[in-house]
Amino acid sequence: MTEQTHEIRLSVNGVEHEAAVPARRLLSDALRHDLGLTGTHVGCEHGVCGACTVLVDGQPMRSCLMFAVSAAGHEITTVEGLARPDGELGPVQQAFRECHGLQCGFCTPGFLTTITAGIAENPDPTEDEARDMVAGNLCRCTGYQNIVKAVCRAAEIARESEAVR
Amino acid sequence: MTTKMMGAKVQRVEDDRLVRGTGRYVDDVAPDALHAAVLRSPHAHARIVSIDVDAVLDVEGVHAVWTHEDLEGAMAEPLPLLIPHPTLTHGRTQYALAKDEVNHVGEAIAFVVADDRYVAEDALARIVVEYELLPAVVGIEAARTATHLVHDDVPGNVAARMEQSNGDAAAAIAAAPHTLSLDLKIERSACMPMEGRGTVARWDPDQNRLQVWTSTQTSTGVRAAVAAKLGLDLGQVDVITPDVGGGFGVKIVHPWPEELLVPLAAQRLGRAVKFTEDRREHFISSAHERAQMHHVEVGFDDEGRVLGLDVRFWHDHGAYTPYGLIVPIITSTQLLGPYKPGAYHVQFDSLYTNTVIVTPYRGAGRPQGCFVMERTMDAIAAELGKDRADVRAVNFIQPDEFPYDQGLIFQDGRELKYDSGDYPAMLAKIKELVDWDHFEDFRAAKAAEGKRVGLGLACYVEGTGVGPYEGAHVHIETSGKVKVATGLTSQGQGHQTAFAQIVADELGVRFEDVEITTGDTRRMPYAVGTFASRAAVMSGSAIHLAAKRTKEKALRIAADALEADVDDLEIVDGVVSVKGTDSSIPLGTVAVLSNPLRYAFDEASKAATQFNVGDPTKPPVAEDDEPGLEGKDFYSPPRSTFASGMHAVIVETDVETAEIRILKYAVVHDCGHLINPMIVEGQIHGGVAQGVGGALYERMAYDESGQLLNASFMDFLMPYVTEVPASIEIDHLETPSPLNPLGIKGAGEAGVIPGSAAFAAAIEDAERLPITAMPISPSELFALRATHAPHAQESK
Amino acid sequence: MKPAPFDYVRPGTLEEALQALAGHPEAKVLAGGQSLVPLLSMRLAAPAVLVDINDLPDLDHVRVVADGVRIGALARHAAVLRDPDVARVQPLVPLALANVAHATIRNRGTTVGSLVHADAAAEMPMVLRLLEGSLDVAGPGGRRTIPADELYVGPLESSLHHDEIAVEAFFPALPGGSGVAFEEIARRHGDYAMCGVAAVVAVEGDRVVKASAGYLSVSDIPTVVDLTEALDGSVDDTALAAAADVALEQLDPETDIHATADYRAHLARVLTARVVTAAYENAREEQQS
Repeated sequence: MTEQTHEIRLSVNGVEHEAAVPARRLLSDALRHDLGLTGTHVGCEHGVCGACTVLVDGQPMRSCLMFAVSAAGHEITTVEGLARPDGELGPVQQAFRECHGLQCGFCTPGFLTTITAGIAENPDPTEDEARDMVAGNLCRCTGYQNIVKAVCRAAEIARESEAVR
Repeated sequence: MTTKMMGAKVQRVEDDRLVRGTGRYVDDVAPDALHAAVLRSPHAHARIVSIDVDAVLDVEGVHAVWTHEDLEGAMAEPLPLLIPHPTLTHGRTQYALAKDEVNHVGEAIAFVVADDRYVAEDALARIVVEYELLPAVVGIEAARTATHLVHDDVPGNVAARMEQSNGDAAAAIAAAPHTLSLDLKIERSACMPMEGRGTVARWDPDQNRLQVWTSTQTSTGVRAAVAAKLGLDLGQVDVITPDVGGGFGVKIVHPWPEELLVPLAAQRLGRAVKFTEDRREHFISSAHERAQMHHVEVGFDDEGRVLGLDVRFWHDHGAYTPYGLIVPIITSTQLLGPYKPGAYHVQFDSLYTNTVIVTPYRGAGRPQGCFVMERTMDAIAAELGKDRADVRAVNFIQPDEFPYDQGLIFQDGRELKYDSGDYPAMLAKIKELVDWDHFEDFRAAKAAEGKRVGLGLACYVEGTGVGPYEGAHVHIETSGKVKVATGLTSQGQGHQTAFAQIVADELGVRFEDVEITTGDTRRMPYAVGTFASRAAVMSGSAIHLAAKRTKEKALRIAADALEADVDDLEIVDGVVSVKGTDSSIPLGTVAVLSNPLRYAFDEASKAATQFNVGDPTKPPVAEDDEPGLEGKDFYSPPRSTFASGMHAVIVETDVETAEIRILKYAVVHDCGHLINPMIVEGQIHGGVAQGVGGALYERMAYDESGQLLNASFMDFLMPYVTEVPASIEIDHLETPSPLNPLGIKGAGEAGVIPGSAAFAAAIEDAERLPITAMPISPSELFALRATHAPHAQESK
Repeated sequence: MKPAPFDYVRPGTLEEALQALAGHPEAKVLAGGQSLVPLLSMRLAAPAVLVDINDLPDLDHVRVVADGVRIGALARHAAVLRDPDVARVQPLVPLALANVAHATIRNRGTTVGSLVHADAAAEMPMVLRLLEGSLDVAGPGGRRTIPADELYVGPLESSLHHDEIAVEAFFPALPGGSGVAFEEIARRHGDYAMCGVAAVVAVEGDRVVKASAGYLSVSDIPTVVDLTEALDGSVDDTALAAAADVALEQLDPETDIHATADYRAHLARVLTARVVTAAYENAREEQQS
């Protein structure tokens, strides 16, 4: 018995993709294996760790808790879509590098997407607000100290680039 | 002059790809691969009566389904016992796929290869296994009682009993003015890297070669194991370690069943095959650590000086012993920390249980040892009514006593001889960081607000950089770029950055021009692995030595070309010059000259053709030389180097709810010379967070039947940002190691070691009731209050 | 951890959705999926059909009406949480919602979905019961309203019929002279609580005239206890202790790996005093404003 597939159009990082997927295909797997966007990582597949977080219409969501078929029609942003148009690192990416906000890098994409949405909503977070922003993402390497610093630094970089524009 | 890179907070070269999402982790490679899934035992202990895979064979998209019957030759034999030890009299290892019996929930029984993981899991659901259930042995008490046996042929469930002494501890305790005995317990936890295990393999029939990518802490170890098990020559197997999403110990164990089954499937099916472990599998099939029970007898004098110490402990190593006795040996030796007891005796039993195997998890037996020793120090202080720091101070090895021989044999079979350290200076620093001497004022102020606070201190010494060796190969290309390979692997420690700093300094090249490759057996086939805080010490030293060799050769060739004396040359930013003159030659050109050529293929190589280079009366390559500007060297130390540290923590225990809040966390750390302080501090941060997890949140909760009750991130409580200290205050001491050329000591595991000890001390100090088992939850603290209740009268 | 195969339908109207459900006894409704998808991935649930209702029109509303707040089946927790009108009309709703998992989960998960999931450890079912709200469901026979006290019938079990779809929840407005409070204690921030308590207290002058508390994680269904009589008008220590006694008689905490039954009972006692006191203070303030 062949499993039925669904033709879907996924808009990811501003690019339209077409794929034929079974209904049960998780969005995380579709991004990674059907579209080859392997920057989104899978850490638990039960929605707790946050490594697979992507932006759906600008809001952070767990891509392991959505089916690809349900994501059709929404604008998805993954870590691959966070660089600036000229290819330079985006503010959150740059801040993570400057602040040593990552070690093994596996959880990092989920933090980067979450914080990108977070500083868009709150462009000048306090340290407590920064902590709150990443409170749903697990990291096993950094002890979060430098991630919190990176949130504040990312907001600062984003404000600076906004001012330049 | 080029700025010195060693000691600088250099940003990591790894980060650009990792923050862009263009890192390559094992599940990212070979998108065309078939996917494997493993049927795992639902029972802790059972005989396999039959396995029926018929229903799988006609599932569309399934390419293979194997049980033990499908394995041949060495693959059908038990997995290797990696680290045998004379006292490991009853070592047992599992089969790649269970043969006749399963000994823990999660043990591999059948292996399916399918078009994708979804279909592979559909297939697993159709395999029918008939089991005859056997009684499960769960927990140290059940293992010791030995009413039931894990393995029929292992009496008492005891795999090993080991004993070491230095002096006559029993006599010293008997003669001591004061004695105490304590029973102390630590529960199971696990490394829990964010990326689970994973392996991809591709067989190339044209070359008869196997290429394996695996998320491992030892690519050379996996290579040797795969070659041996599949009956291939070592030269037919390449193992490549891509980006690894954390290890913390669990990925040093090898080969995991899947690390053999995937290559075998690739070979048999002629297709790339991938196994990506999911989180539930990681909980029930990848290694755990920490569970031990300890009984301490100690004798001491009026100052708190330990005259005799006798420790008996029981180590739960789970169902099998692939990694030997490393964890309990480390506990039994590193327990001594910075102290010099008059006499010491230790004995442990390593016990089988029907649970997941136990192998080193960051700290590797040290957190338990530190907990035991530091609880003992606190108990001595309490007994004598002395300051807890003072009692520690009288027991310290003094700075003028190094090298200090503890009179024991360490995990590497070498003497437990500390190379350097300054524990009194360290204690002074940690006391200052937490304002130790004024804590009673703080306590009183908090008490006035109705709050209860406590302060804990824990000290440790960590043997780092164990042998046997690591090597490095340095190659300066004609472009002047420097390609460096070392065999051990990286899983987030920033080796590409730290090692490049070492090379830049030694060679005099720009940091940006150095590229480090780790964990690729094609580039460096001789290596051991990344564990025991050894990478910086071992590969760092090897790289330094290899760079030095390369530099010597470069200077020799440049001296010829510049018609100068070697001693008059210097290399700055990749250019060799005669000091104080304009005479210079770029290293890239030196590389050209190092390789006499027959053919010219670009402008640079024209300079090195046979008509241009060398004395026409001599051989183009001298007898004792070889072409190319390369250097290779190995570092093999006589024994480990000993890092040390002290942590202090202030907690508040909620008077009503027994919640435990961290008010302050401070670390003083000595890992010798720092290569990159930013990276070292990051390691400490991460270690501290795992220490918090181990002390307050994480445990493997098995029920009596051997089912793991919390095999998910919902219920295995790894700290989020909201559970770790808001800040960690760190101070460094740099006591260089005399054992290696850079004076460095390992730093990877340090942060986690004293966690449970420090929190237990702080909670005990706040609550005035003995804390003898960790981790501790609010619910458990509430229960302790109910049974002890000194505060109950005080507070209400 | 991949779901077993299922058929997938994504109807554009409620009628079609109801038809799809009616045709498949093993169908499940998918809204936010934040509780359902993990169950599917662990293969603890394997419905033959998923009816994805995310395309249904006019169900994502958060609407303040004269006597309360009406929340549509597709309104995400995050949308409800940040709606200032909701906080004004019924402050307990955002107080509790802020404790529902983590922000990322709240971006996708729906409040109505959480009500239907009927987890006694979840915040919103308890709040709906405490506030005496209701759930509107559509079925083959039309629409009906289930009062909250008839909604929860057992562990993870609601009185919704298989062929019904929850379309809207109603949380009544907070009456004048009343105050609310919510507190829960979890092992980690964002985890299911070991115990959580919410209270609604009405005052006249200094006197408590009505008080009730809702409890999560200390019984197998969301439980509400009337504390009016036990408090006897006051919130002094004696009254609070009496209130906690009454509450504990109706609770049945259980031991699990995170907390013993005794500890949960203790937390219920501590939190009862805390939230009743806080709700009382809020009611007094409200009365004065």
